Amino acid sequence: MAYNCVVLIKQVPDTKRITGAAMNDDGTVNRAALPAIFNPEDLNALELALQIKDKFGGSITVITMGPPAASAVLRDSLFRGADDAILITDIRCAASDTLATSYILSCAVKKVDYDIVVCGRQAIDGDTAQVGPQLAEKLGIPQITYVEELIELNGKTITARRNIGAGWQQVKTALPALLTVTSDANEPRVAAAKKMMKYKKAHTPIEVEQKTQAENSAADEADIKALVAHKCSELEEKGLLIKQWDLDFVGADLNWCGRGGSPTKVHRIQSVVLAAKESKDVEPNDKAISDMIHELIEDKTIA
Amino acid sequence: MIGVNREGEVWVFAEQHNGQLEDTPIELMSKARWLADTLGVKLAAALLGDNVKDLAAKLIHYGADKVYLIEHPLLEHYQANSYAKAIFDLVHKYEPQIVLYGATITGRDLAPRIASAAKAGLTADCTDLQIGDHTTIKDGQLHKNLLFQIRPAFGGNIIATIINYDRWPQMATVREGVMPMPEPDAARRGEIIEEKAELSQQDLTLEILQEHKRPKKVNLKAARIIVAGGAGVGSKDNFKLIWDLANCLGAAPAATRAAVDLGFIDGDHQVGQTGTTVRPNLYIAVGISGAIQHQAGMSQSQKIVAINNDTEAPIFQIAHYKIVGDLNVVVPKMIKAIKEKS
Ligand SMILES: Cc1cc2nc3c(=O)[nH]c(=O)nc-3n(C[C@H](O)[C@H](O)[C@H](O)COP(=O)(O)OP(=O)(O)OC[C@H]3O[C@@H](n4cnc5c(N)ncnc54)[C@H](O)[C@@H]3O)c2cc1C
Ligand SMILES: Cc1cc2nc3c(=O)[nH]c(=O)nc-3n(C[C@H](O)[C@H](O)[C@H](O)COP(=O)(O)OP(=O)(O)OC[C@H]3O[C@@H](n4cnc5c(N)ncnc54)[C@H](O)[C@@H]3O)c2cc1C
Repeated sequence: MAYNCVVLIKQVPDTKRITGAAMNDDGTVNRAALPAIFNPEDLNALELALQIKDKFGGSITVITMGPPAASAVLRDSLFRGADDAILITDIRCAASDTLATSYILSCAVKKVDYDIVVCGRQAIDGDTAQVGPQLAEKLGIPQITYVEELIELNGKTITARRNIGAGWQQVKTALPALLTVTSDANEPRVAAAKKMMKYKKAHTPIEVEQKTQAENSAADEADIKALVAHKCSELEEKGLLIKQWDLDFVGADLNWCGRGGSPTKVHRIQSVVLAAKESKDVEPNDKAISDMIHELIEDKTIA
Repeated sequence: MIGVNREGEVWVFAEQHNGQLEDTPIELMSKARWLADTLGVKLAAALLGDNVKDLAAKLIHYGADKVYLIEHPLLEHYQANSYAKAIFDLVHKYEPQIVLYGATITGRDLAPRIASAAKAGLTADCTDLQIGDHTTIKDGQLHKNLLFQIRPAFGGNIIATIINYDRWPQMATVREGVMPMPEPDAARRGEIIEEKAELSQQDLTLEILQEHKRPKKVNLKAARIIVAGGAGVGSKDNFKLIWDLANCLGAAPAATRAAVDLGFIDGDHQVGQTGTTVRPNLYIAVGISGAIQHQAGMSQSQKIVAINNDTEAPIFQIAHYKIVGDLNVVVPKMIKAIKEKS
């Protein structure tokens, strides 16, 4: 039996190189100031889906919600073997918390034919690990979180091993189901050169629009519109137009989207300042080290 | 959907497995007690399981005024769907103003599912909770006595204070090990309220085929002194230095992720964002650069000694004693000094 997988992926700022300066005053992220990458565990999610496809057949649809630049992770997924890619981009998604994000994603996933929904365990920017379970609840399907190994797919059931902190658990559930995948689950494959050649030119309509505007800054609006429409239909004919959906298209109730649809609000953001507390320099010689130990015994730090 | 309910109680999810309470709900009790007292409401624990009634007294000893107890054969083993359903119904019935969960794997599996069903907010992995006021910019309205949910995000690079002022309950998961355990008081009395869960076999969406519990090789959270080694230690053989120093101090040996990845020591010893959070009296960091993800797990230590041959290493910015030098020289000198004093 073949399985259709939907993989949810997120483009994230590379938090290893982030500073407080990359935050806007309202607590949102100035993504433009940071290198953007494929959320690491979403690569594991995609790899899990690819392995299912390799073994059983079926199709893989990747979906991301984000700004136009997030088209890059969709393209990257096509390089690695995804069949279809969808960008959900809409200014009204801005400032969505995990509840609103999972609601919007659920509206999109419902438009796709799926047996298995695969998420990364956690995104390295928001760091919540909440979107997966919330999406499962909204879709009304079971969840297997913290998956470290896919054990078996058999007809309409899936068996996986999940991390439970102090050990592991092997669980089985009926499809459709949602998995959240950890970095232990697999080694993500790299992009295939042939697919890279093929999909290098795959773009979302918004990317085409931005590019056309940049190249024809003098032209008037109507001309640009016509040009964009023409380029998009050309791409579509070649199977290189990445789908782009907005909130109207997915049929989302705007009351549950964006800032207004988000019960959590940011009160304050502080960048972590390394606390330079009272400190002493200790020379690396016997005397200084012995004095330090003496001090630590005196103040009862060492019993 | 539940609105703002100022009379609502403060709740803690009493995570238990096989009749054994986890540490996190107990850790949460002291903070939750303080929140309830500050708000002038009762503190309750939500305890679910099968034959777990005897745990209720323990929760009361640790500070709960009430325990909502749901016993049901289908709740014997935790799984997200059945537990979420039972807790959601309970939340709907009593409308607590705050619900706290440990940010354990179970808490992180369960709480989002409840939040989604309740259409409530959920703040992830908090390291602190406070009560405070917030004025909305749009309309200048003052919202008093909100739960300030304080959490690191962006890989620990920022600290965000999250609030919910219009849709309640205010729910959060709280990181393990960041709140000190309260002392139990066996004289405390409280109320046990038995509730029924409307559950059928259909609610058990998972079949648990096998479970393998692996006790941690070390209890870092309980250690009063920790000696941690990093990639700078150089090899598994040389990591003996860390064990030796730890042994003569009666300390627990720990490590950075880099040291674990290099195979110097087992992953159970890892301190940091993806390891254990510790707050010992003394933390000795040997050959550790002090990456933000490592600091996330140890910056609350009372005293920090750092040994590193790079004066620029970030660990020195949070160290109380800074030793710039070769660890292979410094650590033996420390061992010698300790042996001389004792
Ligand atoms: C500083 C800060 C703190 C925050 N704290 C909270 C908080 O405590 N509670 C809260 O509700 N919101 C919070 N948010 C908002 C939250 O980051 C966003 O809602 C975000 O879109 C999703 O959460 P995440 O990044 O934590 O994803 P996670 O829940 O960690 O992501 C898990 C998986 O879900 C999928 N996924 C997540 N986002 C997308 C997407 N946009 N498109 C496709 N798939 C996706 C991926 O598979 C991903 O691996 C915070 C935001 C900031 C800036
Ligand atoms: C999502 C994420 C989660 C992470 N979680 C964690 C976590 O939980 N815990 C964690 O620790 N890390 C974590 N990390 C990794 C973290 O970013 C660092 O890579 C790691 O902490 C570095 O370990 P280290 O200090 O041992 O190694 P290095 O950064 O390589 O530092 C080695 C240090 O040893 C010093 N040194 C070398 N030789 C000597 C000598 N002879 N004498 C004295 N000093 C010497 C060097 O000057 C250097 O400062 C995480 C990273 C990511 C991206």
